[in-house]
Amino acid sequence: MDYLSAEHVTFAYQSESENEESLEVLHDVSLGIRKGEFVALLGHNGSGKSTFAKHFNAMLLPSGGKVYVDGLDTMDENLKLEIRRRVGLVLQNPDNQLVASIVEEDVAFGPENLGIAPPEIRRRVDDALRAVEMYDYRLNAPYKLSGGQKQRIAIAGIIAMQPDCIVLDEPTAMLDPRGRTEVLDTIHKLNREKGITIVLITHYMDEAVGADRVVVMDEGRILTQGTPREVFSQVQLLKDHQLSVPQATELVWRLKQEGYDLPLCALNIDECVAALEPLLKS
Amino acid sequence: MARDITLGQYIPGHSLVHRLDPRVKITLTLAFIVFLFVASNFEGLLLMVALMFAVLLCSGVPLLQYFKSLKAILFIILFAGVLNLFYGTGNVIWRCPFWPVMQITDGGIGNAVFISIRIVCLILYSSVLTFTTTPTELTDALERIMKPLEFLHVKVHEIAMMMTIALRFVPTLLEETDTIMNAQKARGADLESGGLMQRIRSLIPILIPLFVSSFRRAYDLAMAMECRCYHGGEGRTKMKQLCMTKLDAAAILCSAVFCSAVILCTVYLPASLR
Repeated sequence: MDYLSAEHVTFAYQSESENEESLEVLHDVSLGIRKGEFVALLGHNGSGKSTFAKHFNAMLLPSGGKVYVDGLDTMDENLKLEIRRRVGLVLQNPDNQLVASIVEEDVAFGPENLGIAPPEIRRRVDDALRAVEMYDYRLNAPYKLSGGQKQRIAIAGIIAMQPDCIVLDEPTAMLDPRGRTEVLDTIHKLNREKGITIVLITHYMDEAVGADRVVVMDEGRILTQGTPREVFSQVQLLKDHQLSVPQATELVWRLKQEGYDLPLCALNIDECVAALEPLLKS
Repeated sequence: MARDITLGQYIPGHSLVHRLDPRVKITLTLAFIVFLFVASNFEGLLLMVALMFAVLLCSGVPLLQYFKSLKAILFIILFAGVLNLFYGTGNVIWRCPFWPVMQITDGGIGNAVFISIRIVCLILYSSVLTFTTTPTELTDALERIMKPLEFLHVKVHEIAMMMTIALRFVPTLLEETDTIMNAQKARGADLESGGLMQRIRSLIPILIPLFVSSFRRAYDLAMAMECRCYHGGEGRTKMKQLCMTKLDAAAILCSAVFCSAVILCTVYLPASLR
């Protein structure tokens, strides 16, 4: 059974005035995510991907359809805390999601809310900080850290609640390239070593390449999904919806359009080099 | 500039005073301040001064730091001192030739000295608290101390949480103010010249964006807190438990001895304030 499952979800933001029609952002979206899977949710601004993601920990409730987390219905008010413990959400702006003025106390915030015994919190906080490689900074003030470091602290704050799944809503959008790499490496490591299910929302195509599955959203619907190779082979479809593909993929695709004999898809620089090398040598 | 501002005035260290339980520190500081006012004669005040020097030396904070905190309120000390010169009874030492009501008496001089020492002690005692306790410890301790108020339906946990968040966002908002100021300057805003009204008016283009972004931050933070299962103070635990040690007991005992001595002085010796 799928760990996260959305069944025919529609969602509309309630309008302020009565005469205005409420704005429907998601139209009949169905998606299942297996335990331990790494899913990248792609789409440009306004595609409904963030709205969709907030359904997975009951931050938003569907206007129609159902969302289940490990079989728990998100509509059930009594299950809300348990669902949020199981599915953590990391937001875009690292500054706005840290609560305490000392790193380790911020990481402890989640477990403290869950009413866990103090020695156990201490252990979890230390483990979580080691998992994101920020243990040495545990007594620092967050405002003195870099964006990438702050975002890793935010992730540690979620890990300390021992979730099964982490949803990250454009966690790298406000970071410099180095911060992006730090955060992505951390996410991949958690997925690999702890088996945590990851839903990564992003509009950077390069970040999606490392995922097990890519889901592309556009205008509140799922446009296409599959392995990164399957999805990025459909260059024309993505381009029709104003979505870009990774640069390496784009280069190979364009050359192919010009009539060169090349493989269908190159996901990263290495594959691109491998594809072009024989061509250049001949 | 914003980055240089230290939160609170905490000076890291491992001295005896640093290691005290923050609840004990807050309570004792309050008690000392009360007893500064209980002491009504120089004998009692001298005891409080002696205790203060003992605490200052135990705090391991360079004495220069304490002088700095005094310098900031030098004006208030002088003002209170000079004013008190003229309030007092006793032998007249000097009388203003134009305005006979203004007179300095030996009692007035005594009062001025007494009041000045009292203010200096007040400031130094509270400085010891802020120099040796982190803001987090302070809010934690306040939450514990105010716990009994919950019976009166005071939302103690919420108040403490607000203080924690406020402290957390001070540097963030300072940094943002800097950014906005620079952005407005880059657009040609003139923040430095003009009269008082002009300057106040020129603050508006800085305050409005700051407000707007604070609300956005508040919204984000509320969501992040909910995502991390925050649901008020009910059923919440704390990673760091405050616990009293023998050191705290010793500190309380010493303070009690001094304070009782001050009471004895007040009861059995004549008051110095005239």
